[in-house]
Amino acid sequence: MSKFLLFLGCAIPYRVSAYEVSARKVLAKLGVELVEMPEFNCCGLPLDPVSHEAMLILAARNLAIAERQGLGILTLCPGCAGTLKKVNKILKQDKALREQINTHLKEAGLELKGSVETKHLMQALMEDVGLEKIKSMVVKPLTMLKVAEHNGCHIVRPKEYIGFDDPEDPKTLKTLIEATGAVCLDYMDETECCGAPSVGVNDKVALQLARNKLSHVKMVDAQALITICPFCHIMYDTNEVRIEKMFNEVYGIPVLHYPQLLGLAMGLSPDELAFNELRVDASSIVKKVNEGA
Amino acid sequence: MTEACKEPIRAHDFDPKFKYEISKMHGGEKLLQCYQCGTCTSDCPVARFSDTYRPRQIIRMTQLGLKERVLKSDTLWLCAACFTCTDRCPQGVEVASVIRVLRNLAAEAGTVPLVFKEQALSILESGYAYRIPDLRVKKRETLGLPSLPKGNVESLKKSLKGVKLLDLIEAKGEM
Repeated sequence: MSKFLLFLGCAIPYRVSAYEVSARKVLAKLGVELVEMPEFNCCGLPLDPVSHEAMLILAARNLAIAERQGLGILTLCPGCAGTLKKVNKILKQDKALREQINTHLKEAGLELKGSVETKHLMQALMEDVGLEKIKSMVVKPLTMLKVAEHNGCHIVRPKEYIGFDDPEDPKTLKTLIEATGAVCLDYMDETECCGAPSVGVNDKVALQLARNKLSHVKMVDAQALITICPFCHIMYDTNEVRIEKMFNEVYGIPVLHYPQLLGLAMGLSPDELAFNELRVDASSIVKKVNEGA
Repeated sequence: MTEACKEPIRAHDFDPKFKYEISKMHGGEKLLQCYQCGTCTSDCPVARFSDTYRPRQIIRMTQLGLKERVLKSDTLWLCAACFTCTDRCPQGVEVASVIRVLRNLAAEAGTVPLVFKEQALSILESGYAYRIPDLRVKKRETLGLPSLPKGNVESLKKSLKGVKLLDLIEAKGEM
């Protein structure tokens, strides 16, 4: 049985509860034990644009706390996973920088050694649970569903620091989707960014990125879009109606968090998986699953 | 063309030392190796939908030492940090990181979009990048979720002491 310290991040408790609810349910069924962080601060990523040093300190604090707990970190957010992985690698390699950051941590009685590994949910599912175990837990194969995936950027990039999957042709999420029995369709610009980080700086440009993706997902008649990132989910689900209005188009594409899809296949109910928290109506998916093939 | 290009460039606009300053900073090390092939701009998902954001141009302006134009440019803040440019650069330039280095300098000089200020303030106040409404925190119970881990603001502030920009925010309550 694997055990992790759950690093929740900021976006998920702020507005993406369905992801947390479904991930916890699915991980519990798969025998993954989650321990709550004893204290929390942001991974640091949002501060990187204004102060790289502050980002390094914030990330290092979390890594140091995990080291003290003696547990590896599991995140649901690729932004958090990417930042914690990257900072751990940088500070392990660069002794002078590590010492500099540690003088800051010492002020708060912490120290970073670099001994803790961070994994995103997908990585833990593949490496710690294993595909065979996941498949063995599928009681309701979703063979009636044709979906598309949006992997997101920070789960794979920058590749030098992340070292997970192939950024130019990522396969993990597709493999995990296919494990549920659903068909995962290819579409144009599949690996491109959703635009979320540019929201607040220039909403129109940011939403155009998401619109481009949604229109390509629609083009292949995908019945749902599957995400593994809270920010990507906000772009496609929370903002879908806004995009429709802005560009006078209709998508109506339900956007599910991967653990919601997996949960359905494992026999959990839409209520247990917090389907009612989704902004875009996903009842078409529930109906298809209930009706079977 | 970025908005910074509307004015003619004059000889005294160039700061010949700027590129060396950037090259010494973490993430900016390979700036001088850029030979302006344009892979970054052609692969950039933001450049595709923006009339002004062009990573190659930002890199070139930085190499030329057009410090003020670069640091005051609005387009600097449009990068979505997807790192496609960094991963695909044939010269190994960490394009997105050079842009981050420039943003840090712009922030120190006082140019920061509101959204970044709000997140920085929220982190200093609660540990979280967003102000999570009480309603959300209470709703966790009905959703069957454990209570939210608390931010240790006092400890956080201790470890951030001496970080120039944050000392400034804390003192003023704003940037």
